[in-house]
Amino acid sequence: MTTNLLLTLALAPLIGSIIAGLFGKQVGKAWSHRAAIIGVATSFALSVWVLKLVTVDGEAYNQQIYQWLQAGTLSLEVGFMVDALTAMMMVVVTFVSLMVHIYTIGYMHDDDGYSRFFSYISLFTFSMLILVMANNFMQLFFGWEAVGLVSYLLIGFWYKKPTAIYANLKAFLVNRVGDFGFLLGIAGVLMYAGSLDYVEVFAQAPSMSEKTVAIFAGHDWSVMSLICILLFIGAMGKSAQVPLHVWLPDSMEGPTPISALIHAATMVTAGIFMVTRMSPLFEFSETALSFVLVIGAITALFMGFLGLIQNDIKRVIAYSTLSQLGYMTVALGASAYAAGVFHLMTHAFFKALLFLGAGSVIIAMHHEQDIRKMGGLKKYMPITYWTALIGSLALIGFPGLSGFFSKDSIIEAVHASQIAGSGFAYFAVISGVFITALYSFRLFFLVFHGKERFDTHGGHAPHESPAVVTIPLILLAIPSVVVGYLIGSMVFGDFFGNAIIVHAEHDVLAHVAEEYHGVLGFILHGMTQLPFWLAMSGVATAYYLYMVRPELPAKIQQRFQLIYRVLDNKYGFDDFNQKVFAGGSRNIGQLLWKLGDQKIIDGAVVNGTAKTVGMVSKLVRHVQSGYLYHYAFAMIIGLYVLLSYFVV
Amino acid sequence: MFTDLPLLSLLIWLPVLGGIAVLVNGDKNAWARPLSLLISVATLVLSIGLYTGFDSATHQMQFAEQASWISTFNINYALGIDGFSMPLIILTAFSTVLVVVAGWEVIKDRVSQYMAAFLIMEGLMIAVFASLDAILFYVFFEAMLIPLFLVIGIWGGPNRVYATIKFFLYTLFGSVFLLLALLYLHHVSGSFSILDFHAVSLTLQEQTYLFLAFLIAFAVKVPMWPVHTWLPDAHVEAPTGGSVILAAITLKIGGYGLIRFALPITPDASMALDWLLISLSLIAVVYIGFVALAQSDLKKLIAYSSIAHMGFVTLGLFVVFRIFVNTTDTSGAVLAVEGAMVQMISHGFIAAAMFLSVGVLYDRMHTREISAYGGVINTMPVFGGFAVFFAMANAGLPGTSGFVGEFMVILAAFQANFWFAFLAATTLILGAAYTLWMIKRVMFGEVANDDVAQLTDLNRREFWMLASLAIIVLVIGLWPAPLTDVMHSSVEHLLSQISQSKI
Repeated sequence: MTTNLLLTLALAPLIGSIIAGLFGKQVGKAWSHRAAIIGVATSFALSVWVLKLVTVDGEAYNQQIYQWLQAGTLSLEVGFMVDALTAMMMVVVTFVSLMVHIYTIGYMHDDDGYSRFFSYISLFTFSMLILVMANNFMQLFFGWEAVGLVSYLLIGFWYKKPTAIYANLKAFLVNRVGDFGFLLGIAGVLMYAGSLDYVEVFAQAPSMSEKTVAIFAGHDWSVMSLICILLFIGAMGKSAQVPLHVWLPDSMEGPTPISALIHAATMVTAGIFMVTRMSPLFEFSETALSFVLVIGAITALFMGFLGLIQNDIKRVIAYSTLSQLGYMTVALGASAYAAGVFHLMTHAFFKALLFLGAGSVIIAMHHEQDIRKMGGLKKYMPITYWTALIGSLALIGFPGLSGFFSKDSIIEAVHASQIAGSGFAYFAVISGVFITALYSFRLFFLVFHGKERFDTHGGHAPHESPAVVTIPLILLAIPSVVVGYLIGSMVFGDFFGNAIIVHAEHDVLAHVAEEYHGVLGFILHGMTQLPFWLAMSGVATAYYLYMVRPELPAKIQQRFQLIYRVLDNKYGFDDFNQKVFAGGSRNIGQLLWKLGDQKIIDGAVVNGTAKTVGMVSKLVRHVQSGYLYHYAFAMIIGLYVLLSYFVV
Repeated sequence: MFTDLPLLSLLIWLPVLGGIAVLVNGDKNAWARPLSLLISVATLVLSIGLYTGFDSATHQMQFAEQASWISTFNINYALGIDGFSMPLIILTAFSTVLVVVAGWEVIKDRVSQYMAAFLIMEGLMIAVFASLDAILFYVFFEAMLIPLFLVIGIWGGPNRVYATIKFFLYTLFGSVFLLLALLYLHHVSGSFSILDFHAVSLTLQEQTYLFLAFLIAFAVKVPMWPVHTWLPDAHVEAPTGGSVILAAITLKIGGYGLIRFALPITPDASMALDWLLISLSLIAVVYIGFVALAQSDLKKLIAYSSIAHMGFVTLGLFVVFRIFVNTTDTSGAVLAVEGAMVQMISHGFIAAAMFLSVGVLYDRMHTREISAYGGVINTMPVFGGFAVFFAMANAGLPGTSGFVGEFMVILAAFQANFWFAFLAATTLILGAAYTLWMIKRVMFGEVANDDVAQLTDLNRREFWMLASLAIIVLVIGLWPAPLTDVMHSSVEHLLSQISQSKI
């Protein structure tokens, strides 16, 4: 692996982005998307090559590109580190990105911001590559914030829509709350490890784990727990874990292709990737792992519930994403990093597929997103239908599809985990299986089956989307089915090598692996287990409620008003944040300004003095006009004061 | 390439004499603008010579010049620069070019006087950074304010008299103490050389009084809470060029003064009173961050944002003592001081860009009220791109210069105390909140009214003005090493000075 190879790989999307973004008008629409697609396709091809170099040839790369800054003995650098974890992420990111690029040609066809959109998604791909390829915390933070920037730009892509520009500000600020913790965590790493370079920091981990720090006088906290929890707060922002999840559903205001790319497949998984990358640190703190586990479990379960009552096609999938991110986080907490990252990968494919499928439906419905106004689309949109079925089955963990392998390995791993909170987490992920199946197939049945409830817009029947839309669906459906078969090497094998460190006492996957006897055995075993039957009953319940007895859901809603109200208010997070944090901050600002600055400092102190001088200067103004004299006059006073000091 | 020339004198007197020439030439012909541009660009080009000819390996004063001025009192015309002053001089020269360009079409009355004021101010400010004699420093330090007062007083807004007097009172208040301190130091050391001041021994009590005198003088300029309230008023009333210089350079003189005087001359007092400076800095970051959120006037908002950002400068300079206590390595302290310096330079560019952007809007709409805008990006897409970029830089996005200084200072502050870093890092949230909320209200949404509908996008002059700043902000963000490398020796020297007791 050469530096030039990796530089080309990372910079190709950036070049595409610059061409489409700065010169979009000059080169025209077609060359905007060509430039962007060529850039990302180059990246994808090279990423596959890199993955081959890493996994087949056993190569690794960790080098500085340039020195960013030096202070004393500390050197902050920009550099790349490529191991199996990075290589896998690179392939996933560039593949999904490439699919989304192609799909966008169809989806954004008539949009005024066509070139701008391509510029943003290519810039995103570049940022994400920088994030996953970083070999140090500074660059990680750069990529981290850069993807946040692009997310901000894309959520607010339709900048005239009030909801979109509310959502993008909210997304940025909530992410900044996470970054606040993340940055402090990085500062902690620097203080206790004396470096921000991954390898050097990880080498220091054992000695760091023995240190304590008194954040509150008299209470000694483990340095490692503090740092890991701070870093994880960053992950909670980016990967939308409770209570920093609130931005993700609103991010659906952005165009659908980016919901697939950024807010489902890649950016939101950056937190999962980061914690996995930091496994050499997290392994030293069971406190932090428990914290991760519990937050993940809460997200997995409670965000799933919210998916049940949404009627916007994209929001259902968004809550599903939240819940699935919870699953990944649970895996991290249980030290089953490989399972978490494996789920990250399978989820990237099937969730991107589902989102792009939803986009295809949205095109056919003339930008109607309410699933109550759809139905019976199966016969009009066969490709979208079948690919959505594959995506949904993969999501609920139907045996043989990718989601089955990744989700089952997480559930098994949590089952085997002994750390605090694992009991609750196991309950959460098991119950989540039923919920997942229920909301997924509620959506599926309401959209594709049953009565046609849509407005035909003057008799035009809906029709299948063009090839630029359907081909990415098909290409994403393939890995959604097959990548699960990599479980043997990725979860139970040594695919990740030294990229993931697990201490023996936490090694739950080793436990699960003892039971693992090949893919077929895993499938057969899975079909006898509780999760499978929960998933099946979820599908059956959805069928019964929305196909057989469609009048029932309304009655249930009537019956359980209180619960419905709680879910409809999304547990009150938004109202609380809006009132307490947003409103409170504005009030504090007003108070400090009006009272502190204007009344006390200016009113009492400054203007008291100024008034006296002002009166004198008014007198002077009667005699002399012209502003120069204000100064001259005061200079004389000044001089007088100074002279008197001199004499004394 | 310029090593044979008395470069610093040229940098001081070229703009001053050039300014006088512009003034004398007057407005009877159209030469005022091109002549001013020529002079400011020539000064900038000369100032680059300071960078190329600079020896980063030494902390000794470079490009030194010495001549007797008032021999009776042993007052000298002594000039020289180190890693602290050199970047600030280049920043000054660059900002002045911007100001000349920014006022090109906008200033219609008394053009020659306007341009002359800024050129003369440029020379005087460069002189402040280059002076090595205390009296010379003091004279320039005071003289530099005259053109600034004039700029605000003549070309300012409706409430300019109040703003000017407030500004004047604040600074006069500080200057008195500064002069006293300098005279006392002369009394002790028998010299007016600032470097001699560095070497003189002082008791803790003497140091404390001196330190407080310096603090009063320079804290007003920074400005630190609670002596900051002149800044929003001055900015609101100042014309765009005045705001640019005020934000980019005048505030930096405060930070520079602390570095040149307070820290090396009174290290023990600085250490004894570091809690005060750290507290005030953190109040600036948090308190002012909230206050900025409440602003409805674009310029006030950016002015408050400036105060919050300058809080990082003073924080970086004064956390070093605690870092020394906590760590054996000096890297943390170097990070803190260099972070403070980078923050100053970066803020110079970003605040200039923000004020120029407000100027672009103000020239078209003649209002600074946020509520008068909305959906500007619809009619000014190119400007919108710049505005979002600079807003992100102001919010400290990595890849822009705004990130570098804050990042360095927060990393360093953690090594002093977790809570310092904690409070400082709130800027991540607050800075983003007030900046991006402003952007949302001004730039995004449907076209708010007919005035916005009639806006025209940037002209070529405005485009290149903002583009040059954007490029610099990006380059420093992506590769700050060339900027920090020239500081290393001076910073190490400063740290060795302050770690030795003078008692």
